[in-house]
Amino acid sequence: MEFKNLKLTKKTTFVIWVLIIAFIVAAPSILPVFRLNLLGRYLSLAIVALGVDLIWGFTGLLSLGQGIFFALGGYCAAMYLQITSSSEFPNNIPEFFGLYGVDNLPFFWEPFRSPIFSLFAIWVIPALVAGTLGFLVFRNRIKGVYFSILTQAALLVFFNFFNGQQKLINGTNGLKTDVTQLFGQMVGSESIQRMFFWFTALLVIAAWFFSKWVVKGRFGNILIGIRDDEPRVRFTGYNPVLFKTIIFSIAGGLAGISGALYTVQSGIVSPQFMTVPFSIEMVIWVAVGGRGTLLGAILGAVLINYAKSLVSEALPASWMFIQGGLFILVVTALPEGVLGWAQGEGPRNLLQRLGLKRKIETYPSLEIKNETEGLKNE
Amino acid sequence: MNKNTNSLLSLENITVSFEGFLALNDLNLNFKKGELRAVIGPNGAGKTTFLDVITGKVKPTKGDVFFKGKSLIGKKEHKIARLGVGRKFQSPRVFENLTVKENLEISVSTPKSPLNLINKKIKNDQLDEIEHLMKVINLSKKINSKAGALSHGQKQWLEIAMLLGQKPDLMLVDEPVAGLTDEETDLTADLLKSLSGENTVVVIDHDMEFIRRLDSNVSVLNQGTVLCEGTMDTIQNDKKVIDVYLGRPEE
Repeated sequence: MEFKNLKLTKKTTFVIWVLIIAFIVAAPSILPVFRLNLLGRYLSLAIVALGVDLIWGFTGLLSLGQGIFFALGGYCAAMYLQITSSSEFPNNIPEFFGLYGVDNLPFFWEPFRSPIFSLFAIWVIPALVAGTLGFLVFRNRIKGVYFSILTQAALLVFFNFFNGQQKLINGTNGLKTDVTQLFGQMVGSESIQRMFFWFTALLVIAAWFFSKWVVKGRFGNILIGIRDDEPRVRFTGYNPVLFKTIIFSIAGGLAGISGALYTVQSGIVSPQFMTVPFSIEMVIWVAVGGRGTLLGAILGAVLINYAKSLVSEALPASWMFIQGGLFILVVTALPEGVLGWAQGEGPRNLLQRLGLKRKIETYPSLEIKNETEGLKNE
Repeated sequence: MNKNTNSLLSLENITVSFEGFLALNDLNLNFKKGELRAVIGPNGAGKTTFLDVITGKVKPTKGDVFFKGKSLIGKKEHKIARLGVGRKFQSPRVFENLTVKENLEISVSTPKSPLNLINKKIKNDQLDEIEHLMKVINLSKKINSKAGALSHGQKQWLEIAMLLGQKPDLMLVDEPVAGLTDEETDLTADLLKSLSGENTVVVIDHDMEFIRRLDSNVSVLNQGTVLCEGTMDTIQNDKKVIDVYLGRPEE
């Protein structure tokens, strides 16, 4: 946690971490069940936002189709819970199959009887789908706005496909998880939900450290290079297709984990996870929080969603206007997002404008670093 | 096949046509190992297209390019770069959001696979190489500055250092002194001269004083083909070159 202008010492960082962990541990005792559940869901959304930040903020790939991978992770989790809780139903298969006269379990449900397989499937399947899709797109050098349109089109394809498959995955109704069983208890029960909250908080921190590790060092620098000048990266001997495929796949895996955690805490997964606005919202969280600042993605996802539920409770139907306004504000006034603004020259400029700080007379870099070394000739 | 075994790079009958417009027209060029060569020509003569063909950015309509005896046609840009072809662009193209050191790390790192980069620390000899390069371009004190904060001349030099870091056998240098002061221009010319011998260096530029200082053979391109080749003195007295490019001195 290093900010350029607001420098944090080791001690403050330590104190902040203690506070965060204390809050996470204590949250179930402080917050009402309903609020705790909301916070848990929004924390899980922070993980998909981290993925968006990796591909968009760092690599310059604006994907409007992260909902695909989010939903895939959710379906994997829901399928496991449904299949392992279906012993009382006819044919020992999930109840909804009876509605459509299906007697035999579709083959792809079988492996989800295994908890180990399911735990891997949650992130491996979305990552593989993302990797395959990404590779085909990147190999053909499709980028910029065309990439965005393509990912949105892919999202619609998946949305329509899942909507229509009643006999396979209950189509538009989705798969419910809150009445299923886990460790002999209802998934929707308070104790299991509390566990999921802690688990989510832990995974957000893990995902944050993982993302930091990915963008730290040379690999991350190549990602930034691809974002800023892809041909230059190519002429230096790197194959951008590989790097882009890997990072898109990582973002897909993160989206899958996020979707699974969101599903078990909201009690249902359905094709609604793959609507166009939801995937665009993911981008807005990152844009508002701060592109290219991983912490910004987490804060953006959690705070915007929390604000959304608070505003919607007080003034129903007004949220869309506020969200739109927020996005316009960020695009026009804070292109680096809130955190990007705070880390850069933003606060200094604001203080200057308010007359609270004297203007600097030389270039900022000279003033800050006291370094006047030019291109010295020998 | 490549007939001239002594040559590092040869372009044979290269024709590039952009929807009927011939950017390169039956171009033949040969570069010997360790040679320093200047390529000049008026705007639209095909200088940059010729670099695009070598580096794989543009596929020629006709003809072949041989590098170390192997054809480069159909190879991807990054593969050609790994074979030992380095390119410096017309306007300095450094990664502005990365520091000087990070820019150089990108150029000296090998192997250039994602796994190597994400897993391993940069090797010690590569760090030494970076240190050495920074001394060459006099940017040792700016090691942790963002490349975007450098002056134009410093960016030009950083890009040349990045090119050196790739350890290419062939260095293609497009307008290295555009926007540099006279002093910087002279230093750049000396630097490029010192690099030839070990590396083959191809310099494209407009600045005749700079080309003269390189003291190398010069190829003049015009309308996508070689108009004349020789030393600076031969070129300057060639009637065709004067007509299309240099212009007559006013009498």
